[in-house]
Amino acid sequence: MSYATALRCRKCGREYPLEPLNLCDFCFSPLEISYDYKRMAKAVSQEKISGGPPNMWRYKDLLPVDGDVVDIGTGFTPLVKADNLGRELVLDHLYIKNDCLNPTYSFKDRVVSVAITKAREFGFDIVACASTGNLAASVAAHAAKANMKSYVFIPSDVERGKLVGIAIYNPVLVMVEGSYDDVNRLCSQLAQRYNWGFININLRPYYAEGSKTLGYEVAEQLGWCAPDCVVAPAGSGLLFTRIWKSLDELSMLGLIGPVNTHMYLTQAAGCSPIVNAFQSGALHVHPVKPNTIAKSIAIGNPADGYYALRVARQCGGGACAITDEELVEGMKLLAETEGIFAEAAGGVVIAGLKKLVASGVIKRNELTVAFITGAGLKTQEAVAEVVHPFVIKPTLESFEEVAGNQA
Amino acid sequence: MVKRRVMFTFPPELIKEPIIYNLGQQFKVVTNIRRADVNGDRGWVVLELEGESKDIENGIAWVMSRGVRVDPVVGDIVEG
Repeated sequence: MSYATALRCRKCGREYPLEPLNLCDFCFSPLEISYDYKRMAKAVSQEKISGGPPNMWRYKDLLPVDGDVVDIGTGFTPLVKADNLGRELVLDHLYIKNDCLNPTYSFKDRVVSVAITKAREFGFDIVACASTGNLAASVAAHAAKANMKSYVFIPSDVERGKLVGIAIYNPVLVMVEGSYDDVNRLCSQLAQRYNWGFININLRPYYAEGSKTLGYEVAEQLGWCAPDCVVAPAGSGLLFTRIWKSLDELSMLGLIGPVNTHMYLTQAAGCSPIVNAFQSGALHVHPVKPNTIAKSIAIGNPADGYYALRVARQCGGGACAITDEELVEGMKLLAETEGIFAEAAGGVVIAGLKKLVASGVIKRNELTVAFITGAGLKTQEAVAEVVHPFVIKPTLESFEEVAGNQA
Repeated sequence: MVKRRVMFTFPPELIKEPIIYNLGQQFKVVTNIRRADVNGDRGWVVLELEGESKDIENGIAWVMSRGVRVDPVVGDIVEG
């Protein structure tokens, strides 16, 4: 049995049983999992975790699941010491958490693995989600592994290139005519009408917990300590809040020392409601209309925006917005220095890191981890202009004519 | 009768208008406010709407036509 005890309202503190439920019935605020940390602390140790499987389920004791898990090999992705990029940015201790290397090429496999495990525990036959790419692929893949039927709703303007990476797992793929907001409204109604496990609606409290494994891994890979600075992308804001929660929990459980990590969130300037709120000193995040090529984090009304804002402020962190031009440069810089091809959201992180270092917010000697959460092959169009090959005839002369000086 | 949980975000020019009162009056929709934050230059309200499905749809369409942003109370559901 897990150490989860209840669902708890993040605003008013009311508690609910561990069921597929995401909102407090009284104040309509989000619910999150409560744990019995006292009992958990007795069960976990660095040695036990380190001896676990080389994937995210080595942290099973810290997650709200009871039985067998639905696993397609997610997690324990590399934490790379990024010396080349560090030299470029003038950072002595820079690491890249490369979460492109998950089975469906994004960090969403972590959250979905937990959500689908819970969907099966709750007895759902059907799971569903609404997505423009990463989440959809992950849900379809995990549903296939769990022998469950999946419905994936996508806006009609999703790039065709992304559809193959979803459709190959054979979900019921539903393309909704209408705007992004129309899809949101439809899915809200579908979730009320059908008894499905809706991954990021009624299963959201469980889904959210999967993100914590990113932070657990980083701490373990650093030799059981928290970094000085974290730079991460923010769409809904959920990942950002859970990286913080994961470090906080490890410290509470005595697995790492006190946490003094400064958390910096990055968004694309064309969709930066959380950054806007941070910079204006606002208490709440006001929705915006997304307009950026970083589509995987283009969430105009972020569900966890308020909480992400609070984390950034509480830990003495910050928030920064990146233009589309800057994020493309960020993607190229990461690829050219570290050999990592990140999606557009990764470009936002690297460009944000560059800004934070250049402005003196992140100091040269601070141990900094930048989170890359999705692979670049999914958003190739963002950097299509890098392709300009030498064209030659199949002769040595022709080759030496165009490239002789470089060979 | 059905229920719908929604979030209204008001632009500054609509702060003084009784949009929620008119929604209830004109569309036979029962409005039940659960959380809100309204100040001089903007505001949001989280509320539950109860009524016939068609009345709720028409009511929401009218609220949007007035310039109010209407979102699911859980935030954006479509993710990357």
